Amino acid sequence: MEAILEPWPWYVAGPLIALTMFLLLWFGKEFGMSANLRTMCSAVGAGKKVKFFDFDWKSQTWNLVIVLGAIIGGYIAVTYLSNPIDIDLNPNTVATLESYGWDNVGKSLVPPEVFDLTGADAFKSMAILVIAGFLVGFGARYAGGCTSGHAISGISNLQLPSLVAVIGFFIGGLIMTFFIIPLIFG
Amino acid sequence: MKYLKFLLVGIFFGIIMVKSEAVSWYRIFEMFRFESFHMYGIIGSAVILGVIIVALIKKSGMHSIEGNAITFNPKDKTWPRYIIGGTFFGLGWALAGACPGPMYVLLGSGVFSILLVIAGSLIGTYVYGLLRDKLPH
Repeated sequence: MEAILEPWPWYVAGPLIALTMFLLLWFGKEFGMSANLRTMCSAVGAGKKVKFFDFDWKSQTWNLVIVLGAIIGGYIAVTYLSNPIDIDLNPNTVATLESYGWDNVGKSLVPPEVFDLTGADAFKSMAILVIAGFLVGFGARYAGGCTSGHAISGISNLQLPSLVAVIGFFIGGLIMTFFIIPLIFG
Repeated sequence: MKYLKFLLVGIFFGIIMVKSEAVSWYRIFEMFRFESFHMYGIIGSAVILGVIIVALIKKSGMHSIEGNAITFNPKDKTWPRYIIGGTFFGLGWALAGACPGPMYVLLGSGVFSILLVIAGSLIGTYVYGLLRDKLPH
């Protein structure tokens, strides 16, 4: 039991993600966690105005059920399967974030400096989160997939476009990490 | 009942994402700074096994649980959408520290402000649908 409560190493998590992909293929579906956003837009009626959302969204109900499962899984994992969170980050990563004035780096899943909406910077945090989400949603649909759809499923099927998309993920991620995040928080 | 298996896969996936710390903003930041092997190990080992799984499915002609042959849709062979769309996605991934799967997992883990990220991603998806015909693909 203690091994379950501890953080799982990469060589446990990676194969379990591959198993997730296999199960969905076996169920006759594909592993991709961003298509549900299109389904949700369609489900609230976006198809009346925009052709892209005019499809039989009910055929994608399975994908919304996975979303519900992922939410429940997150709850179960932190409530029943976790020791207090203390992420074993590289000391250089911690030092960089401390140089922004951040405290308790790695003592929670997400930094309060970004996700806490109660402090003086609440408005700034809200704007950051909405903009970040916008980029994720816009970029995922534009690229035709996200980490699961391209980096895992696409590359597993040896799709060169997926490799190009992942290169794009890294271009954007590196620009954000090395240039924009230091401007926002540094 | 036919949806139960998808609910269970979702729960399984959510637990993996939390327990591997892949839902952590800190881990994504560390990954993009190339300061840990952890995330590369997760994605890399999933992909290596994934390549083997997909090849075996194709070779064996395995059928899905519903009895149909398992098929794979090749991605369109155009390039701008992948590199430009991918770059937008990467900017958001690094800033939110979460991609679409972990967004939902974090909601379940009690990070309620992630709802703003989810709302933003729905808006982003909608705006893509609006602009789709005007964007280079």
